[in-house]
Parts: sequence; C-alpha cells; structure tokens
Amino acid sequence: MSDITTLNGGSCIAFKGKNCVAIACDLRLGNQALTVACNRDKVFKITDKTYLGMTGLASDVDTLRSAFRYRLNMYRMKEEREIEPETFAHLVSSTLYEKRFGPYFIEPIIAGLNSNNEPFIAAADLIGCLNFAKDFVVTGTASDKLFGMAEGLWEPDLGPEELFESISQALLGALERDALSGWGAIVRVITPDKVIERTLQSRQD
Amino acid sequence: MECSFGITGKGYTIIASDSNAARSIVKMKTDEDKQKVLSDHLVMTYSGESGDTLQFSEYIERNLRLYGIRNHVELRPRAAASWIRAQIADSLRTRNAYQVNLLLGGFDLPTSEPALYWVDYLGTLATVPFAAHGYGAFFALSTLDRYHRPDMSLEEGLDLLRRCINELKTRFIVDLGTFKVRVVDREGVREVKL
Repeated sequence: MSDITTLNGGSCIAFKGKNCVAIACDLRLGNQALTVACNRDKVFKITDKTYLGMTGLASDVDTLRSAFRYRLNMYRMKEEREIEPETFAHLVSSTLYEKRFGPYFIEPIIAGLNSNNEPFIAAADLIGCLNFAKDFVVTGTASDKLFGMAEGLWEPDLGPEELFESISQALLGALERDALSGWGAIVRVITPDKVIERTLQSRQD
Repeated sequence: MECSFGITGKGYTIIASDSNAARSIVKMKTDEDKQKVLSDHLVMTYSGESGDTLQFSEYIERNLRLYGIRNHVELRPRAAASWIRAQIADSLRTRNAYQVNLLLGGFDLPTSEPALYWVDYLGTLATVPFAAHGYGAFFALSTLDRYHRPDMSLEEGLDLLRRCINELKTRFIVDLGTFKVRVVDREGVREVKL
C-alpha cells in the first residue's frame, strides 16, 4: 500500500479502431484509500489528433504535463508543423529515460491519428520502454482488470460509435473491480474530422 | 495531529486550521496562526514538519509579494497554486524535501469565482469544492460530501464548518482546541470568529 505508483490511484485505456482511436480514463484522485477529488482528468490533448494519458503519481503527472507542453512548443516552433503520434511516443520515451535512475513514477499511453489518418496507440513503462500495440493498451491501478475486459471486448475494425461503446464497457467493467479507480470516466474518440468527448457516470463508491 | 479545512460557497472560500503548536506528545502553544495571507484574495494554511512549514510558507509569501511589486498585479489563485505546486515538486527530488501540506483558498476577481486547492507534500494539486488535511479529513470529508452545496451562503458555509469541527470534538481522541478561520471573498480576506 505504500507503493508510490499506486498511492493516488487511477487508470487509463486506449483502443485502436478503423480509421479512429479511443482513449479513456477514470476521474479519481486519492491518497491511499481516501478519495481527495473526483474531477481528475488523466488524458491530455497533445495535438488536434493526438492525446496522452498518464497514470501513477499525480505530482509527476502534473510535472510531466508541463514538461511535454514545453517540448511540444519547442518542436512546433523548430519544425513549423504538428508532431506525429509516432514521434511523440519517442519524445515521451526519451523524456522518461532521461530520469533512468530516479524515474518519474508514471506510465503513459498515447493514442492518435497520424497525418495519413492511420490509427496509432502506444504505451510505455516508467522508464520509457515503448510498446506499440496493434489492438489496445492499458495502464493504472486497474490495469490487470482492464487487460481482461479489453481482451474480451476489443474487436478489429470498429467504427467510432462501436469503438466508444466497447472502450466504455471495458473501462467501466474494470473500474467496478478496482477500489483505487472510478468516480466517473471520460472517453475521447479521435476520428479524422473530429474528436468525440463524452463523460460517463459510474458508481460513486 | 494537525488539521485544516477549506470550503467554497457562493462567492467565498472559508479556510480554517487548528491553532495548536505541538512537539511529540507535548502541546507547546494553543494560539498558533498556521495560515498566511498571500495576497488580497489568497490565503494558505500549512501543516507538516514544523521547521519546513514556516520556512516554506515564508518563501512562498515573500515570492508572491515580490511578483506583486514587480508586475503591479497579483497572481490569480490558479497561477499561484501551480507555482507553489511546482516549488514543492522541485523540492521533492532533493535530499531534504519540504514536508508541507497546504490548502489554498482564494477568490478569482476576473471570473468572480471562489477557488480552493488541495496540495500535499508530494506536489499533488487538486482543485476541489471542499478539502481537509490531516486526521480531520477522515472524519469530516463524509460530512462535507453529504451537506456541501456550491451555492451555500456564508452563514451556511460556516455552519458546515462548525459541523465538521463538532464531529472531531465527539469522535476524535485528540482535542484540537479552537480553530482559526478566515474568509476570502470579493472584498478580500478577513478573520471570522466561529
């Protein structure tokens, strides 16, 4: 229980679909078993078509969020274009590996569409070892339950609405069985022309 | 055994903290003010390691004052909270990190919204409608969950605070004594007797 990566709780999941991707997270921020806030969004917008989810130590999530904002602004100014999700995944990886022997205690997942509108998802561990999955990625205190749900509910070539349905069911199902995650969820489905963002109700206990 | 509360309502934020200065099992002082008024519309309560709390809170107080003098404008509550959080997060990965827990209560003039931030020694920042630090959190958060409304009048807010303190009086083994209470609203910061 005194593990720093599970102190605050929280979970994230991303699904790959057909010409679309979905990324979702719960809203809890806790301090061990005590819930401090129920409005903690763990997914951040990187570009119009790339999103980053971070779970783990909430302090490091905030620190890295501003670190990435700085690095992305520098990238944008130097390159005069938006970053590709593949490139961003490597930026995340190298940022985390910079602190190899005193790491940030977070595990990120990245979901986005690249400039050819091909779906891309990736996950990394706390020192930036990348995992380019072709179906789904999960992180957080409910990650073991999310693996089970995603394994059962994910199908290839889902459209935006079907993808929303399956990622929502996967996340809500996992949150039911994890005491450190929950208190509502936010799902974002990224399609070539828009991002569908929906807030889900879940059990408040 | 320190305890502090924060409650937001309709156009105000209430900040309260106990006034004991204790070391080990000995109570040294019962009229300690564990709050700092950071600007016209921002108050902070601090608790934690006794040397660190004072050192850190004075560092924050002076730097926010310096910002006000240099720029002829005070930081808004959200900006001040992020800066303070960054100071704690930076210190966390040094050999002797500040062990300080904070509640920041403010009133944001441009949006006319009350603001309350919960910050712990790890640099975790949470934006909340009500908050508590210390053992008091275990007793009072359920009371706050049940009775808090965002449109409470000041009198209702103070009643809710009395309820929380009363809960501690009846169920908590330690007597926390009197609470120091400050209210932040459009007019600024003022002390209130419960």
